Amino acid sequence: MTASVQTRKRPLLGWNISDGVVVSRFSLVQTLRVPELMFFSLVQPVIFVLLFAYVFGGAIPIAGTGTSAEDAANIYRNYLMPGIFGQTVAFAAAASTVGMAEAMSTGLIDRFRSLPMASGAVLIGRTFADAARQILVLLVLSITGFLVGWRITGGIWNAICAYLLLLLFAYSVTWVGASIGLAMPNVETASTAGLVWLFPLTFLSNAFVPLSSMPSWLQPIAAYNPVSTLVLATRELFGNPTGIQPDYWPLNHPTLYTIGSCALVIAIFATLSIRKYTKTTAK
Amino acid sequence: MTDEAVVAVGLVKEFGSVKALGGIDLTVKRGQVVGLLGPNGAGKTTVVRILSTLLMPTSGYAKVAGFDVVKNPAEVRREIGLTGQYAAVNEYLTGRENLTMFGALYHLPAKYVREKSAELLESFDLTDAADRPAKTYSGGMRRRLDLASSLIAQPSILFLDEPTTGLDPRSRLGMWDVINGLVADGTTVLLTTQYLEEADQLADEIVVIDHGRVIAQGTAETLKDQIGGDRIEISVIDPTRVNDAVNAIKTVSSGEPVVEGLTISAPVSGGSTVLVSAIRALDVQGVEVGDILLRRPTLDDVFLSLTGHAAEEDAAPSDEPKKRGKGRK
Repeated sequence: MTASVQTRKRPLLGWNISDGVVVSRFSLVQTLRVPELMFFSLVQPVIFVLLFAYVFGGAIPIAGTGTSAEDAANIYRNYLMPGIFGQTVAFAAAASTVGMAEAMSTGLIDRFRSLPMASGAVLIGRTFADAARQILVLLVLSITGFLVGWRITGGIWNAICAYLLLLLFAYSVTWVGASIGLAMPNVETASTAGLVWLFPLTFLSNAFVPLSSMPSWLQPIAAYNPVSTLVLATRELFGNPTGIQPDYWPLNHPTLYTIGSCALVIAIFATLSIRKYTKTTAK
Repeated sequence: MTDEAVVAVGLVKEFGSVKALGGIDLTVKRGQVVGLLGPNGAGKTTVVRILSTLLMPTSGYAKVAGFDVVKNPAEVRREIGLTGQYAAVNEYLTGRENLTMFGALYHLPAKYVREKSAELLESFDLTDAADRPAKTYSGGMRRRLDLASSLIAQPSILFLDEPTTGLDPRSRLGMWDVINGLVADGTTVLLTTQYLEEADQLADEIVVIDHGRVIAQGTAETLKDQIGGDRIEISVIDPTRVNDAVNAIKTVSSGEPVVEGLTISAPVSGGSTVLVSAIRALDVQGVEVGDILLRRPTLDDVFLSLTGHAAEEDAAPSDEPKKRGKGRK
């Protein structure tokens, strides 16, 4: 007869966190095993920096700043970098979508669900790891930005806050990504569905162009887009040029609005996806 | 501790308008190995998923290790190990890392997990591959790692959903050895299979299901008697002599011969000596035979005799629609 084994005591922060840490840890180990994937997830934003900095550099004037053409290009690069940061962390969601779809297709979900582990831990752990990967991405991006003339002028403490805000945003969108992944029938569909919504989300914002250059009916949509407030908040924190903002509440309180949206998105999508997860079986 | 490891009463599962299970009753005693035998789409996986708390039954109830699968899923999960049709391991992680991860998620102490992982890797012949990503493993190795993962917490009840599907014959035999070893240690096993041979090899008792219902139940011996044991199969060269051949076969068979074109098959008892008598009887009739063989009953024979239809075609609307195609002997 098999004897049952003594299990560990309930940890201080609860099993959801404790099991989430386990899932997260091995999810990050997995990242190290596929360096190619990490490499290409870095290439895209770097290419964006170079394209925008040199192709659009002189063409998009940032109101209220600059005089000569060369100045304008340099100012645009400093304006651009927080936009690229914002877009890049938003795209972290796509990896979560594919990751969840993959876990379902391999039957890993069935195994996890048959374990006596906390029901939210798989999602908590995976989304956390997906967001944590963005630390390296942000580092590489910052170095690229520095090379094209981007500078942090807002002080070290503010800069740290800017990076933390970007990571919080990444964490909130990975929950959206995971929810989409859970609803997809297979990995192929997930890899498309995981991307489509991210283009309007990031381009209908001030990431690359000032809101004032958009048609007036589009401005309120872009102003309430959390990507806009995230990018504006990081511009302010890094001490980069912000341009002149139209008068909308979110744009007057960008940090507060961003943190609030992230909290709301996490609350909604964590609830939805954990509920969905507890009913999901391998496809 | 209750005597019954698994009790299911009137399990019904509907997916929309599709009835995957039409009222399954099932009992597995502690230490027993029960084989759930049936074709694709019969509902085997659905039964296992309900018993392992992954799916809620539409009606009926089930107890595993004395706990209700709907009301006390957490308690059930502590008692069971599940190995599905897929090798449910993280292929980017090494074998040892997979076991470490699952052990931690069973809330087992790290030291125990370390020792138990090493022991499992050793006994499943994976020690050399332990620190390589599972991606590099062969199909058989992945299945063994998958099984090892479900054993890390020494579950008293093990669900094996088609543990050898897709494996080559050698890996299949290896898997059987491993499972027989577990059974010898007293683990209760409920396994599903499409292969009569497999159920025969591993299970104390076989439950045959089709279209979400139990259609027969008993030991392998009982079932085989029901089917009629071995079958003789001959093919005649001259179509006009089929009737003579049937008459000849009747003299040696233990049941009515079945004719399909030029092929005649019939249940026989008595092993290979029957072949000699059959050839003699055919020779007396002067029937020329193209082929003659004696074969073990297959799942098709079970189904043919129990349901009157072959196992493969018109399987019930399946809850496993995307399952990869599987060959059958």
